[in-house]
Amino acid sequence: MNGVRAIVIGASAGGVTALFSVLGALPADFAIPVLCLLHLPDDRHSQLAEVLQRRLRRPVREAFDKARIEPGLIYVAGPGYHLSVERDLSFSLSQEAPVHFSRPAIDFLFESAADAYGPGLLGVLLTGANEDGARGLLRIRQSGGRTVVQDPRDAQVALMPEAALALHDPDHILSLGGIGQLLATLEPSAC
Amino acid sequence: MTSERNTDIEIRLLIEAIYLKYSYDFRDYSGASIKRRILHAVRQFDCRTVSALQERVLHDPGMFLELLQYLTIPVSEMFRDPGHFLALRNEVVPLLRTWPSLKLWIAGCSTGEEVYSMAILLREEGLLERTILYATDINPHSLERAKQGIYSMQSMREYEENYRKAGGRRDFSEYYTAAYGNAIMDSSLRDNVTFADHSLATDSVFSETQLVSCRNVLIYFNKDLQDRALGLFHESLCHRGFLVLGSKESVDFSAYSEGFEPLVRPERIYRKT
Repeated sequence: MNGVRAIVIGASAGGVTALFSVLGALPADFAIPVLCLLHLPDDRHSQLAEVLQRRLRRPVREAFDKARIEPGLIYVAGPGYHLSVERDLSFSLSQEAPVHFSRPAIDFLFESAADAYGPGLLGVLLTGANEDGARGLLRIRQSGGRTVVQDPRDAQVALMPEAALALHDPDHILSLGGIGQLLATLEPSAC
Repeated sequence: MTSERNTDIEIRLLIEAIYLKYSYDFRDYSGASIKRRILHAVRQFDCRTVSALQERVLHDPGMFLELLQYLTIPVSEMFRDPGHFLALRNEVVPLLRTWPSLKLWIAGCSTGEEVYSMAILLREEGLLERTILYATDINPHSLERAKQGIYSMQSMREYEENYRKAGGRRDFSEYYTAAYGNAIMDSSLRDNVTFADHSLATDSVFSETQLVSCRNVLIYFNKDLQDRALGLFHESLCHRGFLVLGSKESVDFSAYSEGFEPLVRPERIYRKT
C-alpha cells in the first residue's frame, strides 16, 4: 500500500463537531498534512483556524495563497475564495463562481489535490446538506488515491455522504470514530 | 491516468499557442484555476478535447477573444471589502492630499467597479479633479464595459450597503442614473480616467504613480509572475507611494517584502520603503 502524502477533508452542515472528532483522534506527532474545507458563511474574518488550534492544542493554519504545504500541520480553507493545491504542493486561491453555492468548494480542493498528489492522497467526505465534494472524491479515486465517506447513518446530515456514495464505492465507509482511528494509524509516505 | 496526463499536456500546448499567436501570456498563471477555466471553456464550446479547442483558437482570432472571457475572471463589486475603502479614506487620503497632483493606477480593473469606487471616494475627498486614473486590463471586453459604466440595478443595491460601510458621505444613487433595470454611472466620474490595455505579464511601466491598486489579481499568478507584477508596481510608485492589494494577497513572501512596509496590514495597504 502506498504511503499517504496528504489528507483532504470536506464537510458542510454539522462539520465543526465532526472535524473536532476526527482531528482530535490524531496523535501529537502526526506528520501528514491535513487540508480541511468546511463550508462557512462568506465572512472574511473567520475564526475557524484559531478555534481548532485552541481545542486541538496543535498548530492549525489558514491556507494562504502560495504558501507551501508543510508536514505535520493542519490547514483550513478561509471563506470567500476557492482553495486549490498546485503541482508544487503550495496553495492557491481564486474567485471563480461558487460551486454548489459554495466558495470555497470541496470539489475544487479535492480535484486539484488529486492532480498534485495522485495516489498519495487520501480524501474524506463528512456530514453536509449539499452535493459538493462528491465529484472531487471520485476524482481522487480515479487518480489512484484512497477515499473515505462518513457513514450516512452516523452523519448529522446525510446528504453529502449519500451524494458521494451515489457516484462511487469508496475504500471505506466509517463512523466519525472509525475515521479518526483510520487516520491515526496512517503511515506517512517516505517521499 | 493517461487521459489526465494528456489533458495536462494539451493545456500547456494551448497556453503556449495562445502566447505565440496572440502574445497573451498565461504561462505563469496558477495552474489549478487556469486548468478549470480551460476545461470549462472546452465544455461550453462543445469541443471534444483541449486540442480541438486549440485548433479553433489558433485559426480564428474571434474564437480567441471568446476564450479570453473564460481565462480572465471578471468578478468584481463596488467598494468590495468596505473596511479596505474606509482605511483608504482615513489613512491614505490625508497623505495623498500632500501631493499637488496625483496619478493612480488600477491594475487589472476588469469591468470597472474598482475604478468607479475609487473615483467616488476621491470626489468626496475633493481630490478627483487633480487626479489622473489609469485603469488597465488585458481583456478588451472588460475594458469596454468599464468605459460604459453600466451595471445592473440589482448589484447596485448590494454595492450601496458596501458604500455606506466604506464611509460614503452621500446618497449612493447620486452617482448613477437608473434606466431599464440598469444603473448608468455618472460619466463625469471618468473624466480623468484613462482606460488602457496593459499586461502585468508582458508589458512594462508607463507612468510614475502615487498609488497602485491591484486587488484579487495576484492570486491568479504564480510566485514568479507575482514578483514581476510587484516589481512593476515598485518601479511605478514614487517615493513613499502606496500599494493596495486584495484581502488575501500580501507582499510578505515575495521578492519585494523589503520594498514595501504595511501601513494598514489587515486591509492590505502598503507603502513603498
